[in-house]
Amino acid sequence: MADGMTTATLKVNGEDRTVVFPTHHTLLEVLREECQLTGTKHGCELGECGACTVLIDGKPALSCVVLAAEMEGREIETVEGMHTANGPHPLQTTFAELGAAQCGYCTPGILLTAKSLLAEKPFADDPEIREALAGNLCRCTGYNKIIEAVTWAGAIARGEDDGAPTQEQVFGATLNEGAQND
Amino acid sequence: MTDPKKHGLPGQSPGGKAKNLNLIGKPFRRVDGMSKVTGQTIFADDFVAPRMVHMKLVRSTMPHAKILRIDSSIAETMPGVLRVMTGEGMQKTFGILPVSQDEHPLCIDKVRFVGDPVVAVAALTEDQAANAAAAVEIEYEALATISSVEEAIKYSDPQIHDYADDGNLHKVVSMKFGNPEGAFEKADVILEDDLFFEGNTHLAMEQHATVATAEADGKVTLYSSTQTPHYLHKALTRVLGIPASHIRVIAAPNGGGFGGKSDPFNHEICAAKMALELGRPVKICLTREEVFYCHRGRHPVQMHLKTGFTRDGEITGQHLKTALDGGSYGSYGVASTYYTGALQTVTYNVPHYQFDSIRAFTNKPPCGPKRGHGTPQPRFGWEVQLDKAAQKLGIDPAELRLKNLIQPNTVTANYLKVGSVGLKQCIEAVIEGSGWKERYGKMPKGRGLGLACGSYLTGAGLPIYWNHMPHSGVQIKLDRSGGVAVFCGQAEIGQGSDTVLAAIVAEILGIDIMHIRLCVADTDLTPVDLGSYSSRVTIMMGNAAIEAAERAKALIASAVSEKLDVPKGRLGFAEDRVFDVENPEVGMDWPDAVIAGESKHGTLGVTGSYTPPRSPGRYRGAGVGPSPCYSYSACVLEVEVDPETGLYEVEHVWMAHDVGQSINAASVMGQIEGSIYMGLGEAMMEESAFRRLPKRMSNALVHKIPSMLDYKSPTFLDMPKMTSYVIEDPDPNGPFGAKEVGQGPLLPMMPALANAIFDAVGVRVDQIPIGPHMVKKAMDDLAKGKEGRFGPGKFPDYEFGEALNVPTPEEGGDGKATNNEARGLAADRGTMTIKPVGGKKS
Repeated sequence: MADGMTTATLKVNGEDRTVVFPTHHTLLEVLREECQLTGTKHGCELGECGACTVLIDGKPALSCVVLAAEMEGREIETVEGMHTANGPHPLQTTFAELGAAQCGYCTPGILLTAKSLLAEKPFADDPEIREALAGNLCRCTGYNKIIEAVTWAGAIARGEDDGAPTQEQVFGATLNEGAQND
Repeated sequence: MTDPKKHGLPGQSPGGKAKNLNLIGKPFRRVDGMSKVTGQTIFADDFVAPRMVHMKLVRSTMPHAKILRIDSSIAETMPGVLRVMTGEGMQKTFGILPVSQDEHPLCIDKVRFVGDPVVAVAALTEDQAANAAAAVEIEYEALATISSVEEAIKYSDPQIHDYADDGNLHKVVSMKFGNPEGAFEKADVILEDDLFFEGNTHLAMEQHATVATAEADGKVTLYSSTQTPHYLHKALTRVLGIPASHIRVIAAPNGGGFGGKSDPFNHEICAAKMALELGRPVKICLTREEVFYCHRGRHPVQMHLKTGFTRDGEITGQHLKTALDGGSYGSYGVASTYYTGALQTVTYNVPHYQFDSIRAFTNKPPCGPKRGHGTPQPRFGWEVQLDKAAQKLGIDPAELRLKNLIQPNTVTANYLKVGSVGLKQCIEAVIEGSGWKERYGKMPKGRGLGLACGSYLTGAGLPIYWNHMPHSGVQIKLDRSGGVAVFCGQAEIGQGSDTVLAAIVAEILGIDIMHIRLCVADTDLTPVDLGSYSSRVTIMMGNAAIEAAERAKALIASAVSEKLDVPKGRLGFAEDRVFDVENPEVGMDWPDAVIAGESKHGTLGVTGSYTPPRSPGRYRGAGVGPSPCYSYSACVLEVEVDPETGLYEVEHVWMAHDVGQSINAASVMGQIEGSIYMGLGEAMMEESAFRRLPKRMSNALVHKIPSMLDYKSPTFLDMPKMTSYVIEDPDPNGPFGAKEVGQGPLLPMMPALANAIFDAVGVRVDQIPIGPHMVKKAMDDLAKGKEGRFGPGKFPDYEFGEALNVPTPEEGGDGKATNNEARGLAADRGTMTIKPVGGKKS
């Protein structure tokens, strides 16, 4: 079965790429190996961790459980497509500023899921952010900085100035005020 | 397009904490921040090399068996297969600790757990390697298995390893500081508890990966996801039998480590060997299932804890027994064993202390160091018992802790030298933040608050192998470009150590962090740093970086001083300039200052080193526990428990952590929040559980859950509200006063949950993780008039014999034991010798 090969033209980050790959290979494998877009990560290859999330026609999808052979004619976006000639996406800026990426391994999948969320719901609030990202595991951050970074990026995208993290979110709470922080 | 500064990230810490520092203490973008959010960071599996081939390991399907026959004849003829390798060509053993060099890259005579590697297969593609690996046939003769500490005590035959302190007990420790028996006699109240902490695993998002490239002249380079490139370098040298100078290890940025990538691994050594044999690059990336087999996670620990208190709450003494289920290999286990006892004394004054411990070999994946290494388990026991003591004595749990707080600059009963202690401020912060005084013990049934504290070392005081060299070295190269290249062997595992290194050099030279180019974790190019473990990088690399940067500064200052005719002592370094502090417009831009330096001194290069201060302990085992300084944490956790079902939800966590001094405020918050998360996962759900396959299959002892789906860990939806407090009580041993933050805040989480559940519904769950069914059972028992408790019944029976006897500093002790012939030393004699075989297992 490993001998069956497929030739396909994939549209990745707006660029057409004609690639030849074993027919049973996943989109994850073809992106990383044939397209050399190693920004897309893998944590399980079983659809459990969310690290391999890419956008297919603007919707988050687990590239480890999608066959590349079925992707012709679809718009695929990877993390490499988020930083354009205009500079980084606001999510990339806020993630970097806040340290929402620590080891950075789950980050590409989370950025793309969040990008899709903000495109669909520009005013996404805390519960909506949590719900949208619930399929993406992160072992470093405790998720807090990620939520703050998505919230902030949403505000920047809306042209608002008030989405930046608070003093408490950046430095921690201060004594004598902790009780009022709820 | 998006300037965050415009959008106002607060730049100054509250209360002017930053103390005349330009960068340190503020929140700033990590030096690897942009590369991580754009997908540019090259993790080990992202690395490709021309002519690269792929390797797979064939792993044991038996938990304990002799290897009778390996048949690779079919595999060898399969498409694309280049080489099938067995352990015959690698007879030398390896292991992270010098006292337990007990692993073979590929098992030779026998296998010790399901997942033990036996054969390596290289092929042109990963698919071909996997197919060929599946075609390798291995015939085994099953051996009886040891599956628990109790079985390891009972049966020394079959013996899993031919070395151990006692049969299948890898390590036996017994040590006594002062007079605990006398302390118990003096106590008004004595508490004795049996507790259990289940094992769990790191679950770093990145699966371990390695690319080995062989050079035509016989040298080999490894690009690997490792936290400890220096120790891997040593292991490779030992097994491959070629000079260390022919082997180069580069640690790729790790996609999370948490201790799980701190051992040298079979796949790394096999990849190097395969690359040398084939003369071409070899890649292996483990599957998630294989990562579960590599493990080195948290040891399951049974505990018996006995502590005496006076009527007014003063601790008189403590006796702790721990039993660790170590799995099939040594790993860091000897250190883990000592760590389950060492840090019981650094938070509260424990004047008399006894610690007994055993670590068993069992036929399960090897346990090792996970965030908090050996200390979360006894910390759980200690903080739960303090909560029980507070209840029994009628003293508020916070008061009881404050009453017994260790004082700064103390030498503990077991000879640990404690420096700064910010624990009081930590307790006060979370008490105030959570409204403890108004709410603890006073909320409606089902809602509760729990308090717990913790402390962790800032770097292990001793290296893993005995030597007199620095623990960390930093080298700095400056040249006429104005660029500053900084070299250090430390490994970035996600914790932000690259940023700490760059920030410290930038701070001292007064330059923009963007002028700095790092070269890290490369055994050919960088000075040795022992690795990213034991929360040692910031303090050790940081102090070495300070020394190197100060030397660079002195060279530049002497040249600029001549050029400007300003005394050296009057020169300031800030904002990319070197200038006269009394007349700031007289000065030079940074690149011109470096040119002046290079003109005067020639090529500019400096080094810095760091070695921790010597610890006062001189007894056998005193090497585990000492640290240049200790971090402190306190936590209050609020829980809502359903009194009908036992289902519970953690609503809010208040965590205060004494970090000494923040280097990057953003990273400090990230570490605190990440620790809360990982601690909560362990407290609520994470566990490495095993089961036995039915007899008609292989009767093998296997992982219940070698997948991410079944190994439950918290998601975005499981996290409570977190309020964090950063306490800065600087320690003179830390760089700018900094202490650790990567591990400490995890420690109070598990006991805080258990204590909060007690406040909510009046029952004790004395084991981790706490399942709702445990809460339910305890509540049902309580309703029936029985003890409202869920937990283990008894500590395993084991006769420890005579303890090593060490008089405490208070008793005038000199740090040495008075009976070196006792267990602590005698046990050591057993290491690496074959023990007589005891009872047969039926």
